[in-house]
Amino acid sequence: MDTPLTIAGRTFGSRLLVGTGKYPDYPTMVKALEASGAEIVTVAVRRVNLDRGKESLLDHIDPKKYTLLPNTAACYTEDDAVRTCLLAREAGMSNLVKLEVIGDEKTLFPDTEGLLAAARTLVKEGFVVLPYTNDDPIMAKKLEDAGCAAVMPLAAPIGSGLGIRNPYNIRIILDTVKVPVIVDAGVGTASDAAVAMELGCDGVLMNTGIAGAKDPVVMAEAMREAVSAGRKAFRAGRIPKKLYATSSSPIDGTFF
Amino acid sequence: MEIVVNGDRRKIEPGANLRSLLHELDLPESRVAVERNRAIIRKADYAGTALADGDRIEIVTFVGGG
Repeated sequence: MDTPLTIAGRTFGSRLLVGTGKYPDYPTMVKALEASGAEIVTVAVRRVNLDRGKESLLDHIDPKKYTLLPNTAACYTEDDAVRTCLLAREAGMSNLVKLEVIGDEKTLFPDTEGLLAAARTLVKEGFVVLPYTNDDPIMAKKLEDAGCAAVMPLAAPIGSGLGIRNPYNIRIILDTVKVPVIVDAGVGTASDAAVAMELGCDGVLMNTGIAGAKDPVVMAEAMREAVSAGRKAFRAGRIPKKLYATSSSPIDGTFF
Repeated sequence: MEIVVNGDRRKIEPGANLRSLLHELDLPESRVAVERNRAIIRKADYAGTALADGDRIEIVTFVGGG
């Protein structure tokens, strides 16, 4: 039996975490979330729409069914990120946050200096901090030492769909930290998610890979299966890679 | 009396408080978080938080995001 994903003492049956942004419409999102099997879904914190006719995300997501993980997307400073988390906690009554401190508009790579500072502040404030970071083992260790409940290195730039650009660094991060490692951002298709899990990651977080697919619901199902298959392959222990062939059929008993 | 709500000016009646403002805006308290002049106001304090001329109010909620 596999062990569940455990974050700060809370256990989750699914190792796939999904975002709620960029879906063509709410019904598609609802079906995709269902198909993904995810238990943790990310949300953003924004000004409420004062136009009463508009639907709200929370009309479609049952917080009893899903654990909401508010993010600090679009925060470029420690102050903005901390302010966003404080508001998210007040709105959602949970201390779980996906911390992002963005360094650059074009790449959306993290500003790890601001990220670490924000993580330290938020841990002191009692938050369970899941930081979106780059694939740098040194920074991952610093974030763990700062008290983060997991580290979430990017596979590739957010929304790029490039897959895991540096599997070797992800492996080193897995060797370096004891907290869960969740690959976050850059997953484009099912095989990318499977690779992350085969490397030994504890989970995968994605949004655009599902929401941006032509059929988000079928892609969500594919991602669910890929995460499950990748996890099983990791637990099963793959064969080593070799340059030359090893016969699968016996040589003994040949009659030619 | 005039306050600023999410960046927009808004006229309110004297004696208004945060709870009456949210009610007027038809916003469920359970789904939002509110800052008054950059300080977070706890839900339990909405009714007791009187609004003053020039207050800057931010009301946020969760939207779709990654």
